[in-house]
Amino acid sequence: MTDTLDTTAAGPEAAHDDDHHPGDIFYLKIAGILALFTALEVGTYFVEDTAPRWLMFTSLTILMVIKFAMVAAYFMHLKYDTKWFTYVFVAGLVLAVVVYAIFFFSYDLFGLAPEASSDR
Amino acid sequence: MSDATLTEAAAAVAEGHDAHDGHGTNDHGAHGTTTGISNNKLMMWVFLGSECLLFGALISTYLLYKERFKDFAESLAPFEEDARNVGPRFGGEDGEGVFDIPFTSISSFVLLASSLTMVLALSSIRRGDYARFRVWTLTTAALGSVFIAGQIYEFTEFVQKGLGYSTNIFGSAFFTLTGFHGVHVSIGILMLLAIYIMHVQGRLNQDKAETVEIVGLYWHFVDVVWILIFTVVYLFPQ
Amino acid sequence: MAITEDRPLALESGDVRRVAERPLGALTRPQSDVGWASWFTTVDHKKIGIMYGVGSLFFFLFGGVEALLIRIQLAAPDGQFLSESLYNQAFTMHGVTMIFLVIMPMAAAFANYLLPLQVGARDVAFPRLNAFSFWCWLAGAIFLNTSWFLGGAPDGGWFAYAPNTSVVFAPGNGMDFYAIGLQIAGIASLVSAINLIVTVLNMRAPGMTLLKMPIFTWMMLVVQFLLLFAVPVITIALFLLTFDRSFDANFFNVEEGGSPLLWQHLFWIFGHPEVYILILPAFGIISEVIPTFSRKPIFGYPFMVGSGIAIGFMGWGVWAHHMFVSGLGQISVAAFSLSTMFIAVPTGVKILNWLATMWGGRLRFNTAMLFATGVIAMFTIGGLSGVTHAVSPSDTQQTDTYYIVAHFHYVIFGGALLGMFSGFYFWWPKVFGHKLGEKWGKINFWLMLIGFNMTFGPMHVLGLQGMARRHHSYAEEDGFALWNMIVSIGAFVIALGVAAFLVNIWISARAAKKNPEKMSADPWDARSLEWSTASPTPVHNFDTDPVVEFQDDWWHRKWGTNEDGKIVRKAHPDDIAQDGSATDVHLPSPSYWPLILSLSLPIIGYAIIFTMWLLIPAGAMFIAGFLGWALEPADDPEAAHGHDGHDEHDEHDVADGEAAHV
Repeated sequence: MTDTLDTTAAGPEAAHDDDHHPGDIFYLKIAGILALFTALEVGTYFVEDTAPRWLMFTSLTILMVIKFAMVAAYFMHLKYDTKWFTYVFVAGLVLAVVVYAIFFFSYDLFGLAPEASSDR
Repeated sequence: MSDATLTEAAAAVAEGHDAHDGHGTNDHGAHGTTTGISNNKLMMWVFLGSECLLFGALISTYLLYKERFKDFAESLAPFEEDARNVGPRFGGEDGEGVFDIPFTSISSFVLLASSLTMVLALSSIRRGDYARFRVWTLTTAALGSVFIAGQIYEFTEFVQKGLGYSTNIFGSAFFTLTGFHGVHVSIGILMLLAIYIMHVQGRLNQDKAETVEIVGLYWHFVDVVWILIFTVVYLFPQ
Repeated sequence: MAITEDRPLALESGDVRRVAERPLGALTRPQSDVGWASWFTTVDHKKIGIMYGVGSLFFFLFGGVEALLIRIQLAAPDGQFLSESLYNQAFTMHGVTMIFLVIMPMAAAFANYLLPLQVGARDVAFPRLNAFSFWCWLAGAIFLNTSWFLGGAPDGGWFAYAPNTSVVFAPGNGMDFYAIGLQIAGIASLVSAINLIVTVLNMRAPGMTLLKMPIFTWMMLVVQFLLLFAVPVITIALFLLTFDRSFDANFFNVEEGGSPLLWQHLFWIFGHPEVYILILPAFGIISEVIPTFSRKPIFGYPFMVGSGIAIGFMGWGVWAHHMFVSGLGQISVAAFSLSTMFIAVPTGVKILNWLATMWGGRLRFNTAMLFATGVIAMFTIGGLSGVTHAVSPSDTQQTDTYYIVAHFHYVIFGGALLGMFSGFYFWWPKVFGHKLGEKWGKINFWLMLIGFNMTFGPMHVLGLQGMARRHHSYAEEDGFALWNMIVSIGAFVIALGVAAFLVNIWISARAAKKNPEKMSADPWDARSLEWSTASPTPVHNFDTDPVVEFQDDWWHRKWGTNEDGKIVRKAHPDDIAQDGSATDVHLPSPSYWPLILSLSLPIIGYAIIFTMWLLIPAGAMFIAGFLGWALEPADDPEAAHGHDGHDEHDEHDVADGEAAHV
């Protein structure tokens, strides 16, 4: 911006992202929860042979998504920052998930696309 | 040095200097932008949005090829004698495949811990606690290095068990996905060392904490990708 | 990372004499902004835009020659002019050149020059990164074309279907040049996308809300998001191809279970958004030209914005219409057929809005307007053939024939390229201070339009008659001879039209030199902010930040309505335009590190293709460029906010760009 723009209004405290900076204890708590979730995930390995597959997939996916969201929201401060960051990041994320899911399921891997060619 | 800088910063504020004179404020860069967000921080988030597409392609290629390889392997005969027959949990040296979940789990905890230390490093420099900043930054870099060392060890083990880059489509897809992730981690380690050095040279202090934040965003993203990889590649039932 | 200095290091605008400063004793930042050498170190978005423009026109001639070679070969049955191998190289390089080395950089030329001006900023958010994008693109473009001398150009088609591109079926280095060359160019696009997104979101003039931005800015913003998300996909595809070819991976090794469809999916997930990347800039350009020469605001501004966003969004859901005959299966084919039909709707909205803008306006058909109108007509034709492709049963007949070739040339040449030419004629006075001549302009336009229709019109017929694409020749008994001859003659008419354009450039420059006249800031009585400052644009863009109240704000400063509701002139442009005389505007200083860093990338490419020992000098150059960039002395502390302290992120961006692409 040029000199003629009046920007004297903002001081060091004015930035929106300075509003919420939790103390270290908070981060330790988040890390603790994440570690717990990770331990649960690893735990599924040990019950792999006995637990039903659908349960394994569901619980692992849920844990994965929660961990992802927690790191993004708290460690990356997304929850407290401007919504713009969330928009651009989630846009990329959602786009990736949707596009690649369509791509993946267009293959006849699980009997979903029975007329797919013999490109095996 | 920290005291001098704090005094400087306080003096700058007292004189009513804004970010136009040198780099006075914590939110430098945010000042004067249309959205109120700093250019640098917005740039990093925009970049991370594109990285989702990058890793998405790698992960879906991996998933596709893991499934295809399973079907392909069944057609290999004789099953046990074909050198290409090495999968995540089948084939290979002992018929059990290559994955060692307990070992990889430790790697996961290491990387998770490094995200914590990263956030503590940022918190320290924001407060002007430079001693802790140095400790946490180096710890983060060290944990990242341990992760990389673990990956290298794991990969050499896989090769020993018969799974190389060119062995089959599973190997190519696996090593490419984890390789890309590893390269991203390594670049992150370099960035951490860079901010450490810049700090020690006196060029990175409390009012430039945003630089640390931005390095942190990258680092957390790399951790988040690992959260995806660990679950999808290693933990999902084969 | 900026180092605070008390002494003025800034490049004072208007002052061309510089005293070299050596603040760190080692790394002097270049100071000059005049002279030919300054072009190598410039970070000025306008100079970078001009360089993109010159580069794209240069490669346009290359791509045009490649086209003429094809047309000579196909003018008569059983052509012997080109061998099969050379023919494959010619059509591959024609496609790659025209898409990546012509249309995309031409759009970048307009975007780089205009976006900061249209939002009222002084430069882009990250000027050195901007320079890096340009040099990176140029390095990739030159690297790709050195293949002609180093074993043969790529010959697998611009779409490079695997496993035809594997070392088994494409021995030789051609496809390696393709994969690595496009990879390098991709870095340029991605970095530029990030830069322009931050610029448009963060550096708008006071009062310019998003819904007051010009349509061109909006379309380019959508394009940058498309690039941001699409380039990583082709990045991976190209990496997989390179890994297969150079490092023995198995991604497209069918014997091992590799899937050729994987390449097609990844390529077209990029490739379809890519075609919107190609056309939206031209849509944006004509959305500026048509209102100006109809003397009416764009009809339905919110719909123009919304349809652009819709196109960007929907473009992600149609890619497999390029794969209808690849064996996807009925469900996929039906789904993509449906989604493809829907995407015609937002484009239709735009066409109606352009026509409605012209309706009842006071039309002035100068060359810029002729080209813009040409876009509407030609794109409509191309769009109609596109609708026939959406219907998968008919596409099964049309695919891999010249009917498809006709379609995409109508939309890319008739749409994107004619739109760019409209932009050239429109903005030439702003950039260079003189207009392009109207007499030669009309010759240029009519030759191009007639030649274009002669070339691509008959291809619809040829395609339906069964003439296949990518075939080196056709037999006498096929019956294609007559139309092919007409097509080939048409191609040379296009060439004459392009020659007329070059003649026009030269003649206009010469006339301006002989009779230098101060060009008005706003010779066309136009609507957006770039016309509110002097022509040619002052190096610092605006003397004072424009403050924006309306959409088409500049127009509203010149024209108002009186009590009877009639439009009356409020001010004459030359009275209220900024004259560029301010001398206190601080600008980002030039730098040579973007150039040096970008030069390391093609050397890495040569290393992969020829000998890994080259990684040593390449790596050294890369690290030197990187460190030099990060450590070089600050320019003005008041330089574009976000410029300071962004070296850290430069090193991240470029390191990623090298090692892992992004």
